Amino acid sequence: MDTPHTKKKKIKRKWQVFPGRNKFYCNGRIMIAKQTGVFYLTMVLILVTSGLFFAFDCPFLASNLTPAIPAIGGVLFVFVMGMLLRASFSDPGVLPRATPEEAADIERQIDATNGPSGPGYRPPPRTREVLINGQTVKLKYCFTCKIFRPPRASHCSLCDNCVERFDHHCPWVGNCVGRRNYRFFYLFILSLSFLTIFIFAFVITHVILSKSISVFLDGCTVLEVVVCFFSIWSIVGLSGFHTYLMSSNQTTNEDIKGSWSSKRGKGNYNPYSYGNFITNCCAALCGPLPPSLIDRRGFVQPDTPQPAAQTNGTGACPSNQVQSHMVRRPYSVLSQRE
Amino acid sequence: PADTFHNLQELHHSASLATKVFIQRDYSDSTICKFQTKFPAELDSRIERSLFEETVKTLNCYYGEAEKIGGQSYLEGCLACATAYIIFLCMETRYEKILKKISMYIQEQNEKIYAPRGLLLTDPIERGMRVVSFANTWDVFLSVGTTLKELCTIYKL
Repeated sequence: MDTPHTKKKKIKRKWQVFPGRNKFYCNGRIMIAKQTGVFYLTMVLILVTSGLFFAFDCPFLASNLTPAIPAIGGVLFVFVMGMLLRASFSDPGVLPRATPEEAADIERQIDATNGPSGPGYRPPPRTREVLINGQTVKLKYCFTCKIFRPPRASHCSLCDNCVERFDHHCPWVGNCVGRRNYRFFYLFILSLSFLTIFIFAFVITHVILSKSISVFLDGCTVLEVVVCFFSIWSIVGLSGFHTYLMSSNQTTNEDIKGSWSSKRGKGNYNPYSYGNFITNCCAALCGPLPPSLIDRRGFVQPDTPQPAAQTNGTGACPSNQVQSHMVRRPYSVLSQRE
Repeated sequence: PADTFHNLQELHHSASLATKVFIQRDYSDSTICKFQTKFPAELDSRIERSLFEETVKTLNCYYGEAEKIGGQSYLEGCLACATAYIIFLCMETRYEKILKKISMYIQEQNEKIYAPRGLLLTDPIERGMRVVSFANTWDVFLSVGTTLKELCTIYKL
C-alpha cells in the first residue's frame, strides 16, 4: 500500500517538472537557456571593459574634465546590466504544452477535418488558416507541444519550447527573445551601443589629453579600445536593425523568412503593424507586459495529468485514472485502520 | 469520514480529469487575447446560449482592456523603464490587476450560473491563455458518489 508514501510525498513546484530544456535558479525565479557559455562571455566583456574604464580612465577624466563623466558612465553601466539580466533571466513568453485532454480534443478536430485515413495514407501537414486584418495567416501545429501555435509564435529547437512572438534565440543573452522580453533585449543593445561609444570616446580622449605614450601603450587601454571598436560595429548595427524591425512591427524570424515582403506577392502586407512607426515603437516598448504563462513557482497539483512530454502513454483515458484513484482510497483507509 | 470530506474537497482537482469542452482563441483581431463566441454543440442541452455568449464576451472585454495600448499603459511603461523596471518589484502591473478581476469574475460565474448546471469554467490563464474550458462536473459527482457507496459498504453503514 502507498499510504505512508502518499502522506509524505513532497509537493513539487512546476519548474521542477518543466518539459523544456531550460535551467532554473533561485527556486524558479530565474530561467535561462541550457547553453550559457556565451552569456558568461558577454558578462565578462562588459564587466571587464567597464571595470577598466572606471578604474583607470575615470580618475583622470574626473579630475581633468568633469566628474559628470564617471557619473553618466555609471548610470549607463547599471542600466545595461539591469536590462541584460532582465532579458536573460525572464520568461520570454513560453507557451505551456497542451494537457492530455486539450491534445485529445485537437486530435479529434483534426481527424474530423481530414476525414478517415486508410493504411499507407499520409496525412496532410496540420495547419489552420486564420484571417487577421485582411491577411491570411497559416497556424502550424507543433508536434512537440501538441498545440496549434498562435500567430507569430515559433518553436525554439534549442530550448524546446514554443515562444510567443518569437524573435530569435540569442546566445549572447542566453535566452530566447520573445513577447515578454523583447523590450529588455532592445533596451540592452541600445544602451550597450551608447556605453560602448561612450567608453571608446573617453578612452581616446584620455589618451589624447594625457599626451603620454605610456598611457597609449598601456595594456588596459589597448584592451578597451579593441573591445569597444569591434563591439561598436556589431552592436550599433544590431541596434539599428532592431530599430527598423520594431518600427515596422516585425520579428527577426519574419524578416528572415520574408513573410511580409512585397516580393512574395502583390497585396502582401504586415497585418500586425499599427500603420506608423511611432505607434509601433510605443507598442513594443511601452505596451502592457503580459504575465508569464508557465507559472514556474506554482505547485504541481497532485492527480493532475502532466502535459505532453511527461506521459508515456498515447493519449490514455484520464477518466479511468480518476475512477481507479478514487476507488483506491477506501482500501488505503482500511490499511490505515489496520 | 475524513477521507470522504477530503474527496469532496478534491472536486475542483478531479474536475480537471473529467470530460471537457474547449473554446478556442479567435485570432481575427491580430494577437490580442479574444475567445470565439460561437456556441459549441456539446453545451446545447446544458446552458442557454445567451448566458454562454455573455460570459465569453465579458471575458473578451476584460482581456481587451488588459492589452489595450493607451495613455495608462504608456505611463506605466515609461515609468517602469525610467526606474529600470525595479518598480515592478513593489507594484502590480495593470495586466495582473485585471487578471485578478477576471479570476473573481469566473468564480462568481461558476457559483451563480455554471455550478447549478453541472459545469465548471476554468480560468484561461491555467491553460496558457489558449482555451476557455468547460468541465462536466456530473462525471465527478458520479465518481464521488461511487466512492461514498464503496465506503458505506466497507463500514457497513
